[in-house]
Amino acid sequence: MEVQHEVIEVDVQCYHCGQPCEDISWQDDKPFCCVGCKTVYEILSANDLCEYYNYQQNPGTQLNKPVNESAYDYLNEPAVHQKLLTFNSDTFSRVNFYVPTIHCVSCIWLLENLKRLDSGILKSEVNFARKQVVIDFNPEKISLARVASLMATVGYAPVITLNDNKATANPVFSADKKLITKLAVAGFCFGNVMLFSFPEYLGLEGEDSLKEIFSWLNALLSIPVLLYSDTDYLTSAWKSFRQRQINIDVPIAVGLIALFGRSLWEIVSGYGPGYFDSFTGLVFFLLVGRWFQSKTYQSLAFDRDFKSYFPLAVQRRQGNEWKPVVIYELKKGDEIKIRNMEIVPADSTLLTGEGFMDYSFVTGESKPVKITAGSHIYAGGRLIGQPVTLRVEKETSQSHLTSLWNNAVFKKPQESRYRKILDKAAQRFTWIVLAIALATAGYWYLADASQVWLIVTAVLMVACPCALALTAPFTYGNMLRQFGRHGLYLKNADVIERMAVIDALVFDKTGTLTHGLKPQVDFVGSLSEGEFANIRRLCSFSTHPLSTIISQALVQRGAGEVKEFKEIPAQGIEALINNDRYRVGSAWFTGSTPLPDDSTSVVFVSINAEPRGYFQIKTSVRQHLEPMLRRWNRPVAMVSGDNDADKDRMKMLFGPDAQLLFNQNPHDKLNYVKELQQADNKVMMLGDGLNDSGALKQADVGIAVTDDTGVFTPSCDGILQGDKLPLLDKFLRLAKSATTIVKSAFVLSFFYNAVALSFAVTGNLTPLIAAVLMPLSSISVVVFTTVLVNFAAVRVLKR
Amino acid sequence: MNIIVLLILISVTIAVVFLAIFYWSMKSGQYDDTYTPSVRMLFDDSKQSAKNKSGSANKKAD
Repeated sequence: MEVQHEVIEVDVQCYHCGQPCEDISWQDDKPFCCVGCKTVYEILSANDLCEYYNYQQNPGTQLNKPVNESAYDYLNEPAVHQKLLTFNSDTFSRVNFYVPTIHCVSCIWLLENLKRLDSGILKSEVNFARKQVVIDFNPEKISLARVASLMATVGYAPVITLNDNKATANPVFSADKKLITKLAVAGFCFGNVMLFSFPEYLGLEGEDSLKEIFSWLNALLSIPVLLYSDTDYLTSAWKSFRQRQINIDVPIAVGLIALFGRSLWEIVSGYGPGYFDSFTGLVFFLLVGRWFQSKTYQSLAFDRDFKSYFPLAVQRRQGNEWKPVVIYELKKGDEIKIRNMEIVPADSTLLTGEGFMDYSFVTGESKPVKITAGSHIYAGGRLIGQPVTLRVEKETSQSHLTSLWNNAVFKKPQESRYRKILDKAAQRFTWIVLAIALATAGYWYLADASQVWLIVTAVLMVACPCALALTAPFTYGNMLRQFGRHGLYLKNADVIERMAVIDALVFDKTGTLTHGLKPQVDFVGSLSEGEFANIRRLCSFSTHPLSTIISQALVQRGAGEVKEFKEIPAQGIEALINNDRYRVGSAWFTGSTPLPDDSTSVVFVSINAEPRGYFQIKTSVRQHLEPMLRRWNRPVAMVSGDNDADKDRMKMLFGPDAQLLFNQNPHDKLNYVKELQQADNKVMMLGDGLNDSGALKQADVGIAVTDDTGVFTPSCDGILQGDKLPLLDKFLRLAKSATTIVKSAFVLSFFYNAVALSFAVTGNLTPLIAAVLMPLSSISVVVFTTVLVNFAAVRVLKR
Repeated sequence: MNIIVLLILISVTIAVVFLAIFYWSMKSGQYDDTYTPSVRMLFDDSKQSAKNKSGSANKKAD
């Protein structure tokens, strides 16, 4: 009965996607790993688009599932058009698609040559940084659905969600643009003012009329800086002043206004040349700091909510036919149809059909739940099996899952809950400066009353905490880049400050501690090499997730011919290979005895009706986590939506002190984090799914762990690459050292302020001293923080 | 000395013109994506190129 095959290992890379080929199919003397890749190549070569393969070797991505032609039909609904198209007329439409698979030069080339695939497409333009494609097309010749499915057939399926419709309006991006314009204006004025201040710097005598012209030109050039470039500081200071709070912008604004006012007065009264070079220079440096801090990851999204996970539309029964409808138009009592691997958009009841529901998305529970007619199904579940019809019980916005977003945590902006280090320092600083100014005024009133006004303005001017204001942006901005280089992408620089005080870690299990994609597969029983190979072949014919896992996990290769392949939904698969009848599936289906312990996913195997054993599929824990958890040595906990089958394994990983909670729903997770916070812990939550969203938001820092930054992550403060999780404790240590660096830079800038103040209170602040001291303090602080951060990063992360 | 004043006026005017050009280029989105255009300019404008470099056998003459 044992049939041995000659297994020849050939290491051939697929011409399209670069994956190693198992069943090589040849086309034009080029090897392909699967039908999907070959089909893409055929389409491209038929349209003379093979240049695609010239720019990058193996540029494609493997197409795991065949493209369903009708999958995009809902895009033809007028309601969807209205949401997606940025421009629409009878003969011209423009759409902006997000395509996460864009990754190389060839991608750009192909997507920009889409018009050669279909004449209805007029023009397409890629934005690589944002992974977006803007497509102009003629709706009379090609429908929006056809555009999308055309892209999907060549391996660039657009991802369309309710959330990023009309994706062009990116608020972060336009704010960035405004900042750069302000920076440009300030830089322009600063440079020219310095040029006109040269006679003063060099102490040239004579030509007074020319000097006066220069002074007036300086005043003129400073006006755009006052009225445009520094408006952010002035308005922020005014706002916080009205709330009777002092943030860093208050002393800055006071200093800037003092500088400008005093300089203008000096020129008008003919007293001196003023300090316009210092004024414009300060604004310029401040804006540089702000720009440096605003490093953003354009292709990553940190603010997505449940809507990103849900499909845009679903098939609804209207009379006797099924029509796609946008999900927010679903009403209670509507009948909808869900196909294999589709997500249920609203809480509903199963009417007909049966299958499995994968709630891993919502609850974290990795084992699919069996559903039969009458079962209540929650929004967010993914169907595995044959199409089913459902009756909607609640609208999408009222669903059990989406109720998480009604929690108070999602209502208030997170930033307001923290007082920044910088603002605390600014408060102390402001009082000190005020005290000094008053004391100086008192002294000079007695010594020489005519000088009081001049000297008090001089004190306020040089006390402008520009260097102080630069320390945080440059330290955190540099840190942000360092983190990004090592696989942790933070939403903004403020997160680092919050990371520095974290003293408790809470992990989600599935997808965070364990690999989402590479489960551990064990076989219990006896099979020969050749039989393993045949089972692998058999499983590769099925799209069921368990089949995919098994076929990917087995290493044995063979070329047995699969005949009479049958897939029985919710039961298993069977086929005839080399005259042996293989069955893979449930215990009943294969005639095996079910296991008493029902907690792991088990797949049974029988050959010629004889049970041969079973595959046990466990999620595998990421590598090198244990040393990281030992190094951390502070409170740590795990909250999982999964059952407690993994309890022993997790106990080994976390050690005896850690709290391990299983069967937690999303609300439980949020509340657990809250409890920790009420016990005076600063909590960092690490999770991956929609079910962690509440906890991520509630935590002081919420980090989403993902193996592929192209897929959707829940709303969070940062995105961490899965394989970089073992560096977590080092990241936290680095964040702590950032705080130390900021503090020591404070000391440095206080020193500069002390020196400048000593000039000011003694009445010796000349424009030349101001012009040297102010840029010098700014630049030295920038250099100091940059060097220290990079040094710290090398020391902490490299070892 | 008047010539210096004139020269300064001219130089400032030119500088302002450059600033205005920068503002316009910013506004019109030239800095939105700094990577793609650098790649795009290297693509060949082969219009249904007669010679296919990858040596593909089935060329369509359309």
